[in-house]
This record gives sequence, C-alpha cells and structure tokens, in this order.
Amino acid sequence: MYRYDAHDQQLVNERVAQFRDQVRRRLSGEISENEFKPLRLQNGLYMQLHAYMLRVAIPYGLLSTAQLRALALIARRYDRGYAHWSTRQNVQYNWPKLEDVPDILAELAAVEMHAIQTSGNCIRNTTADHLAGVARDELEDPRPYCEIIRQWSTFHPEFAFLPRKFKIAVTGSSSDRAAVRVHDIGLRIVEDPDGPGARGFEILVGGGLGRTPRIARRVRDFLPRRHLLSYLEAILRVYNQYGRRDNKYKARIKILVDALGVDEFRRQVEEEWEHIRDSALELTDEELARVSGFFASPAYEALESSDAMIQGWALGSDRAFGRWVAANTRLHKQPGYSVVMISCKARGKAPGDITADQMDGVAEIADAHGFGQVVVTHEQNLVLPDIKSSELHAVWRKLEALELAEPNVGRATDIIACPGLDYCNLANARSIPVAQEISESIDDYDYLHDLGELTLNISGCINACGHHHVGNIGILGIDKQGEEFYQLMLGGDAGEDAALGKIVGPAFQRDAIAGAVRTVLDLYLARRESADERFVDYYRRVGAKPFKELLYARS
Amino acid sequence: MPGADGSLNVQVSPAITGRSIIRDGALVRDEWTWIDDDAPLPVLTRARDVLVSSARWRRDRAALLTRGGRVGVRLQTDELAASIADDVGHLALIEIHVHKFVDGRFYTTARLLRMRHGFTGELRATGDVLPDQLFFMRRCGFDSFELRQDKRVETALRALESFSVVYQGAEDQAPLYRRRALG
Ligand code: SF4
Repeated sequence: MYRYDAHDQQLVNERVAQFRDQVRRRLSGEISENEFKPLRLQNGLYMQLHAYMLRVAIPYGLLSTAQLRALALIARRYDRGYAHWSTRQNVQYNWPKLEDVPDILAELAAVEMHAIQTSGNCIRNTTADHLAGVARDELEDPRPYCEIIRQWSTFHPEFAFLPRKFKIAVTGSSSDRAAVRVHDIGLRIVEDPDGPGARGFEILVGGGLGRTPRIARRVRDFLPRRHLLSYLEAILRVYNQYGRRDNKYKARIKILVDALGVDEFRRQVEEEWEHIRDSALELTDEELARVSGFFASPAYEALESSDAMIQGWALGSDRAFGRWVAANTRLHKQPGYSVVMISCKARGKAPGDITADQMDGVAEIADAHGFGQVVVTHEQNLVLPDIKSSELHAVWRKLEALELAEPNVGRATDIIACPGLDYCNLANARSIPVAQEISESIDDYDYLHDLGELTLNISGCINACGHHHVGNIGILGIDKQGEEFYQLMLGGDAGEDAALGKIVGPAFQRDAIAGAVRTVLDLYLARRESADERFVDYYRRVGAKPFKELLYARS
Repeated sequence: MPGADGSLNVQVSPAITGRSIIRDGALVRDEWTWIDDDAPLPVLTRARDVLVSSARWRRDRAALLTRGGRVGVRLQTDELAASIADDVGHLALIEIHVHKFVDGRFYTTARLLRMRHGFTGELRATGDVLPDQLFFMRRCGFDSFELRQDKRVETALRALESFSVVYQGAEDQAPLYRRRALG
C-alpha cells in the first residue's frame, strides 16, 4: 500500500498544527462558529444531535494493521470504545470532544492518516472497488489512480469551496463494486478502443442520490490515463464556476449536467480541457510507476487452485462453516487464496459499528493469516484480501470468537442504514431500529442463504445517506403528521446495471414495515424461476405488480 | 514598493489612513483610490491610481485610459474571469470582492485571470477575506489581501505560511510529482 515519504508526512503534520491553532482560536472566541464550521467540516468534524462526530479518511478503504490498531486505540482513549464504518469507506467516531480532536489528528498522523476533506463542500475521499488488486474480473488496479487523485485533491486551492460536496469513485473491474454510476464523477478503467494495451478511463459525471437521484451520464468514452488530472480539473473548474449556489439541494454537479444537458456540459468541459491538457497537469510515467509500485501484489505462495475445495465447503455438511464460506468469501485472482469478507452487520447490532477489541482482533488475523492489510467496503463491512484458502477454517473460528462471523455479506440482512432519528437532526424517522427489526425477522440462516444476493438500504430522510434508491429493496423514512412512515422501493441497483428503485405503493407504518419486507422476500422465494434468478433479476422480469397485489391486497 | 507601512506593531486604522493591505507578508497602506460609479473622475494630482467597478470601466474606458494614472477594476464574486478577459492588459489592479468566503467561484476567477488571460498586475481580494483562506487565495494567484476589519493581521500572516508542502500545481508551483521527479 502507499507509504508516506517526507513530503506526505510533513503535510499531515502541518495540518495537525493548523487545526490545533484553529481550535484554539475557536475556543478563545477569535473565530465565530459560522467561520469555524467550514474549517472543521473540512476536517471531518460534524455537529450531530448529541455531540461532535469525527470522520477519519481511509483513502479508498485501505488500512494497514498498524492503522487499524491506531483506530482501535482512538476508539478506546477518545471515544466510547467503538467506531463506525461509513458508506464511503471512512471511519466515524461519535463522541469526541472538540478539545481532543487535535490530539486525535496527531495520533492519526503518526500512522499516516488524517481527516482532511472528509466533509464540507470539497473533493472528498476517493473510493474504489473493495476487491481492488485481488478481483478476478479486474483489468487494472484502481488504487494507484485513487492515490494520485487523493494527492491532487488534498488542499486543492481552487476547489476548497465548491457549490457542494464532490465525490469520486474508481473501478478497474467489469463488475462495478464501487457504485461509480452514483458518484459526482465515476471513473472506469478501460482499454483504449484504438490501441490495444493502452489504458484509460471512461468518464461518468453527475450521478448521485439525495433528493434528486441520478445515474451518471457518460461524458467521455476514453481518456488516456496521462490526462486524468487535467480532465478532472476541467470538470471541477466548470462546476466551480457554474454550479448553483443559491440552493444547497440544487448545488450538486448532477443538477448542472441536467440544466446544461450532457452535450453542452461535455462541450464546456472539453473546451476547458483543451487549454490545460498539455500543461504540467499531465501525469508523468515516473509518477505513475512510483505510485503503482506501492500496490504491487504481495509475495503469494505458488499454490494449487482452491476453487473446488471452496465449492465443497460451501455445500458441505458443516453448515455453519459452509454458509459462511458461501456468503463471506470471494474468489481470489491468485490460485489457493481467498478473499474474506467480514460482516459488521451482526443481528441486533447497529450496522457498520465495530468495537476496539474487534478491530484489534481483525488486525491480529490480518497479520497472522494475510499480509497485514484490511479493506473497508462502502457496504460498511471489512475485507481480508489475501487469505490462504487452507486457512479459511481457522480464520472463521477466530472471527466467530470475535462475533464477526455473521454469514450475511451481500445478503438481505447486510443492511446499509443511515444513522437516522437516533443520531441525525435532519431525520424524519428511525433507521437503525428498522434495520435491526428486519434482520431479526430473518432469523433462519437457511432462509437467508436461500434468498441469495440482495441489497437492502434504509435512509431516515430524503437526503438518502443510506442510499435507499439503489438498494434492491429500499426503505425511506418519512414524516406524516409527526408519525414515522416508511416508503418501500424495489429494483434499485448500484452496480454495472445501475438503476433507481421505484416506490411500490403507499408508505407503511413503523410497525408494518418489517412485515412488508418479509412479504416481498417470501413472494420472491416462492415465485423465482430458480435459485440462480437473483431478487433484482426477478424484479426486472416481473415488475412491481405481483408485489403490489400482495402488499396492499390484505389491507 | 509604494506606501509601505512596515512594522506590524503599528495599529493602522483604516478609517483615518485609508485601506491597509497585506502584501508580500506585511501590512502596507493602500495607494489606490476607489471612485464611486457616479462620482467624477478625480484630477491626477488628487488621486493617481483609481479603482472602479467593471460597469464604470466599460462606460468610461477611454477617459480612464487617457487620464494618465493607473486603472484598477473591482469585480464582484459573480463576475467571472471571462467578463474582463479582453481588458486585462490595460489594468494594473484587479480586485475581487469576496461576497461570502464560502462562495469559492473567485478562486477559479483568479486562476483564469493569471494562467488563461495573462494578467500580470496586482490581484487583490477584499470583502469577506479571512485568515484561514489566505493560503488558498495566494496559491490561486492573489498577491494582496484586504482582511475583513475584525480579523487579526498576525493570524493572517501566520495562516499564509500554513503549509510548506503542496501536492498540486497552481499559480505558484508545479505539481509535486514534477518536483519529486527532480529529486
Ligand atoms: S438520510 Fe437523512 S436521516 Fe439519514 S443520516 Fe442522512 S440526513 Fe440523517
């Protein structure tokens, strides 16, 4: 993984000093809360319902075990012994004290981490496929480009006060696990259609959820990779000048793309880009090689393929282990190795929470059985990217002891839920208790296993932090005369066939929503063509009608 | 450097001495005179260098250019670089009035004036100009700043030196990856 040199380290150290000074001036009253707010936001410090929340950047989700242990230490020393993975591969602490934040940043800087631009109207953490570097369907590892984008965007002097937040995601695989089509900019690494072997990017702009959900529009089929930064700069420059600033709900770049139309937007970007494409922004081969070098594959042993063995376990008589293998491992590009997915969605727990002891435990496993790396997914789970398949059973046992072996990754109870009314002052309704209730209602592992691949997302208001539009099943909390109601949406998809879910019918009351979800799941199981027809495939084939009939017939 | 006031310990009251400007790491007295849109242009002996709105500049361009002194134009936040691009060769000062510091359009305006339109005169920020944004402003090509009146000059001068390392290229430096390559 990327390691800081003296420049990188100096920069985060200076950031700690700068923020320490800003906090001191805030506490002494030299700066007002209004002036301080954008400064603290650009350092990931939010004001939530009860306290400050600190969001720490995990560039493209990748952590060393030393970093993971530092996060555990911060959770113990400055918080209440736990932390929370965010939907953008970052980590959040819910109870830090303002006066402690400079010290927390110093702890982070000591392990090459920071909280820069994890909030605010600036370019946020660039996210990537959580299987980057190990996926079988990967054309090229996206992480070197993410790191190059991270450095370009860190304290970019021109783009620190954009109309609104700005999120970039990169994938190098044909399966889109990075949800690039629902980002402000989505980048897909593709082959040059004209020159085999040369790589570049397909550029998608203006995706996003929130109040006006949009699937990104294609602005360029192919951009040679050396032009990556000049093209990004051109897009941001057009947006910074012409994005709306009069209404924060119309300020994202998707609204500008809507207003101009994608053709006119593209024309403006290309016109700007022509001016700067051959400037110092052009990436050098040396820099690409320098950064790529940090992401070379670890020293794998030469092993036989373990695919048949894994298949055998998944179907084998040890059902507990088999279910875990089926749901929580992924095929690795390297023969004899597996990718282990760690579920942070245990039944009855808040989705995405993890305790300090669990973090330390995961670090121990990654050191003992992997190459000392852990990845955070945008579904708020963890990945151990390089586990020898022959050690899967031992790893599973250790995860069980840590209560991190819930066999549900990518399944119906692997729910993405926003903080909702329990923590968020914008919420209309609770999210986490609904998630808990749904996962408790699916109490039979065979049933969960049968349901197969399925995403379920819950947001507590139309700001859509739980990405409900792109859940195969999406739930949105709304307020009807002071009462919590929940809209049910079906058919959303964040992947390569990105789609926005559609509302099935009238909203459900708090005590009826979990039952409605169960009705939807039962119907799918009873009527699908075969176990190979995923929930979303079934929905695409039959539409909302059968669901509607069953859901609303009874009342 | 005209009008230098020197020492930071001197309390300069803008009301009495005219505007104070941060330039080249120090607080200096401003040599420019703002002329309201409907006020007559002053004779050269009363005010040599005059600053006007872009509307006034367009209206009285000929008179401004022939009176002998230097001319500066003040842009509002919503007046983007393209609006003055053809005129920059005539101007010794472009001042951008920052309406609200969180409205970051002016950063792009500054960069485009410098790199696209070749403006080499003084580029100044006034209005809602706060210490914690000066570092970014300078990187985008601003070289003088009128701090909002309630802000401390010492803090501002310190903030200008916040970082000794920058990653990306701007109006001051090439990207780090080009400098790293040089060793
Ligand atoms: S979706 Fe709404 S309720 Fe949930 S975290 Fe976002 S703003 Fe808060």
